Amino acid sequence: MDIPLPYYLCLSAALFVVGVAGVLTRRNAIVVFMCIELMLNSVNLALIAFSSFLGSITGQALVFFAMAVAAAEAAVGLAIVIAIYRNKQTVDIDAMNILKW
Amino acid sequence: MESLVFFFLAAFAVTTAVLMVLQRSPLVSAIYLIANFFALAALYLLLRAQLLAVLQIVVYTGAIMVLVIFVIMLLNLGDEARIHPRIAIRTWVTLVLAAGFLSEIAYVFSLAGTPAEGTALAGGAESLGTVESMGGALFGKFLLPFEVTSLLLLAAILGAVVLAKKKG
Amino acid sequence: MILMQLICCAVLFPLIGFLFNGLIGRKIKNEGIVAAVGCAAVGAGFVVACIGFFRMLGLPPEQRTLTLDLFPWIVAGGFRADVALQLDQLSVVMMLIVTGVGFLIHVYSAGYMHGDPGFWRFFAYLNLFIFSMLTLILADNFLLMFLGWEGVGLCSYLLIGFWYDRKFEKGTTGDAAKKAFIVNRIGDFGFLTGIFLIYVTFGSLRFQTVFTQAAAMTVGTPVLLWITLALFVGATGKSAQIPLFVWLPDAMAGPTPVSALIHAATMVTAGVYMVARCSVLYALAPVSMGVVASVGAATALFAATVGLVQNDIKKVLAYSTISQLGYMFLALGVGAFSAGIFHVMTHAFFKALLFLGSGAVIHAMHDEQDIRRMGGLGKSLPITYRTFLVGTIAIAGIPPLSGFFSKDEILWQAFSRGSWVLWLAGFAAAGLTALYMFRLVALTFQGEPRWEKGVHPHEAPATMTLPLIVLALLSAVGGFAGIPHSLGGGNAFEQWLEPVFAPAADKLALSLPQVEIAEYVLMGLSVAVALAGWYLARMWYLKRKEIPGLLVRKLPNAYRVLLNKYYVDELYEGAVVKPAVRGSELLLWKGIDVNVIDRVVNGIAQITAAAGRGLRLTQTGVVQSYVLVFLAGVVLIVGWLLVK
Repeated sequence: MDIPLPYYLCLSAALFVVGVAGVLTRRNAIVVFMCIELMLNSVNLALIAFSSFLGSITGQALVFFAMAVAAAEAAVGLAIVIAIYRNKQTVDIDAMNILKW
Repeated sequence: MESLVFFFLAAFAVTTAVLMVLQRSPLVSAIYLIANFFALAALYLLLRAQLLAVLQIVVYTGAIMVLVIFVIMLLNLGDEARIHPRIAIRTWVTLVLAAGFLSEIAYVFSLAGTPAEGTALAGGAESLGTVESMGGALFGKFLLPFEVTSLLLLAAILGAVVLAKKKG
Repeated sequence: MILMQLICCAVLFPLIGFLFNGLIGRKIKNEGIVAAVGCAAVGAGFVVACIGFFRMLGLPPEQRTLTLDLFPWIVAGGFRADVALQLDQLSVVMMLIVTGVGFLIHVYSAGYMHGDPGFWRFFAYLNLFIFSMLTLILADNFLLMFLGWEGVGLCSYLLIGFWYDRKFEKGTTGDAAKKAFIVNRIGDFGFLTGIFLIYVTFGSLRFQTVFTQAAAMTVGTPVLLWITLALFVGATGKSAQIPLFVWLPDAMAGPTPVSALIHAATMVTAGVYMVARCSVLYALAPVSMGVVASVGAATALFAATVGLVQNDIKKVLAYSTISQLGYMFLALGVGAFSAGIFHVMTHAFFKALLFLGSGAVIHAMHDEQDIRRMGGLGKSLPITYRTFLVGTIAIAGIPPLSGFFSKDEILWQAFSRGSWVLWLAGFAAAGLTALYMFRLVALTFQGEPRWEKGVHPHEAPATMTLPLIVLALLSAVGGFAGIPHSLGGGNAFEQWLEPVFAPAADKLALSLPQVEIAEYVLMGLSVAVALAGWYLARMWYLKRKEIPGLLVRKLPNAYRVLLNKYYVDELYEGAVVKPAVRGSELLLWKGIDVNVIDRVVNGIAQITAAAGRGLRLTQTGVVQSYVLVFLAGVVLIVGWLLVK
């Protein structure tokens, strides 16, 4: 029996929510970044599911590009984290509150 | 058979994700995330997206996560210190909101039911996710985004180099 | 037609003179040019007025009303007011008086104000005044007349306070000027109310439209009562009647030519002109006519009693002016409109003459104005003395000088058309007029000199004496324009003005004037009382000088009350001015301005600051709190969409 589409979408939603919870809860910048990657992946899953069930290549092409962008974003994001660590000697998010009132 | 595989993979993915979020050590969190990506790659295969499954492993786990682990090791980050004795209010609010969000999604799905179109994979799904098919799409319909992505990658490389350079 | 264009030019010449002298007069160091421009502007107006008069003589009486539309002024919805001039028999008479006497006073001022640093300013203001007065007289609608009305009030203020750094009685000349302006303003409120009511009732402000419609109304219509009363309030303000006369004595703070022109000959007659112009409205409201006549008579008597004991030469003349204006309103109130205007004309002649003469005296005595310190000036100032004497005989009402004809006409009309009470008040005032005027002459020009040695009074220069002579001639013969029927004349003056007042006469159902014995009797009585006044003055102030002192000692309280003008100023100060000032201070300033308005304004600022302080707490600087809000928003929106 084939798995119906909604199952895949539920899974994607669950992973997304876990990712969001991680972003909001953790204090380490790199862990927050990893949770963001998790969110991106959940969306990729949903796109591929739609693509397969609708028979259109567009979803998969979109995932392709999403991966490429995620890679670029990872590179730049981690470079920023390194730069911050050089200045503040920490990657604790709560310490980065210069924009506080 | 396929549904068994699916449920196992789904459970594995969710578990590793939750464990990733709960870990105090960033390195262990990274490992869990890698495991999650493997599960996702297998799910892609279930969905007959062969190229993307491979790319998931090559790009995401092979490149991105390696980079992450590099950085963790480089900065020599320790475990996340626990400041508050109990769970912070931020966490409570997050849990409430997450539960709310999940329930909304569940509600949506309970409403929709199981549409006829969504029960089976499309007819030519197997041939859809192959390298040739993807290649055809990338160099055909999605040529422009393809080229622009290369520019994007160039910008990202330059940005990363500039940002991480030591001053002076 | 060409005449009306000329009239328009005549109105504009003084305005040009004002602009010329006002803008570049200070640069021109030559007094002659300034004076020449000023006088020429008014002189040209007089020439045009004469041309107009003679042209009108050639027209049949029904066609003597000429109009000229200049341009639409206010067009707002259904309301329309134009700048347009109207020339008829009444306005041409007023124009002749204003420009004629005005011209003479301009010439006089050239001599009187010689050497004053504000010479150019004086002539500029004088010209502006003539312009406003001509606008008032020649307007063809109430709004333009009101513009002129306000203009003359403004010029009065500017000219009373001309020497703005001088002390005057308890304050400065500026205080006197402000008093004039403010009291006038109170009257203007009444005038404006009248104008509003007129517009509401008649739907237009043009004289011809309003009066034609009014002619179709019945006597005793209620709204006309209010209109006429409101307009009369304005007239009491401008023409210094009870209760708004208090500004005129203080207006003597200004230079004497100002007192002559504005406060004797022209501006104060604006109220009389206005009531005469609205004669048909007044004819339709008998109650108002009664009010006008009573106020006029009362004022005439009241002011005459006060003028009896004043010691400042200009104050005596000021109260005399108030009294004579009372006569004019008495005439208007009993329906003798042309008699009132006739008295305007004769009064302009002799009162201007008297004021200018007093100016020559003040000039000669180096700014001394107290008559107790004068005396025997007749020898030193012959021309001034003789012309002043002519003016005094005229104002006393001794025939055949002009005052007799006009004043007598008024008294006869008051008796025959009004009541004997009105006549009696006027009669008593006439006697008092003669008395105080001859007292003035006796104390100033006759008798022994009472001034210190070292003061060398000298006669005024020709530029000042020539106008005096001209005015004396006019005072002497001006009355012959209105010789009444009883004395054989055809009363040309009344006949000339008859078409203007015909609608009113129609409403009043006046019978044709008839010659009666009573008129001769009253005439004889008037002359007798005038001569009696002269005799008493001669007796008390020249022959038996101790009598006035005796009277003062016998009746000290009466004397004090009269000397202090019945304490009217103090009454107003206590009843009106002080409460208004105090009330404004407590209620409007401290109560509303500080507590309410300032609080609201400051409150807005404080609310903004407090809101800012509260809102900035959302900027925690931690990204996760922002994401939290984000997520909360998403959950809420999705939830709302689901519920829908």
